[in-house]
Amino acid sequence: MNGTRVAVSREADIVTARQLGRELAAKAGFVGSDLTLIATAISEVARNIISYAKTGEILLSLATKDGRQGLWVIARDDGPGIPDIDAAMRDGFSTGRSLGLGLPGARRLMDEFEIVSELGKGTTVSLRKWLR
Amino acid sequence: MPVPVLKQGGVLIASIQAALTDRDLLQLEADLAEKVGRFRARGVIIDVTALDVLDSFATRTLRGIAATARLRGATAVVVGIQPYVAMALVQLGLTLEGVATALDLEEGLELLRSSAAARGP
Repeated sequence: MNGTRVAVSREADIVTARQLGRELAAKAGFVGSDLTLIATAISEVARNIISYAKTGEILLSLATKDGRQGLWVIARDDGPGIPDIDAAMRDGFSTGRSLGLGLPGARRLMDEFEIVSELGKGTTVSLRKWLR
Repeated sequence: MPVPVLKQGGVLIASIQAALTDRDLLQLEADLAEKVGRFRARGVIIDVTALDVLDSFATRTLRGIAATARLRGATAVVVGIQPYVAMALVQLGLTLEGVATALDLEEGLELLRSSAAARGP
């Protein structure tokens, strides 16, 4: 298995996504604390889908770049989009029922973070972590 | 899956067995708030040894459980945070400030005993 897709539409899917992410990360060669960091980051972006877009998907795959191996996580939804990404990336900013640590937290837990959001169209968050 | 809550002396022990959904966590919060009164518990232990992830929602709910227990006259202790989970929490900027923690169930019970002793009979 080099990749998998998890449909996210209810809370239990958050748990499924992070468990599958942890399994794939272990296959990619991650160990120890990195597995926990990856699973936690997936949990944050999956919860964002539920909280703001209601439904979406998490795509998990192996990544390679410059001979390095890693894990690639994409969280995608067709929700309302994020009006102010800079604000959403600040600690403690939340328009939902959360600590406002979802996106900035996920960024801190992973090595690479990209976000594209368009109002009325949806949001795509891309996260990568590389083997050390 | 609901979290079983056991009563041992004046202490309620919530022993989390498997990964929890947000709803399970909120249910536990409500359940403990009610049981503190029903069993006149002075201490609450939440054992998270089985959890391999504590994300921002779970952390916020643990803080809520601790604050609710305190308002109901009981002291809450979170026990069993795994080493990698602790490291991830620090990276997230979540340090569970204001929530008592202990290494494991045994240490948690000891902490509650000593704080009860300090409070007096």
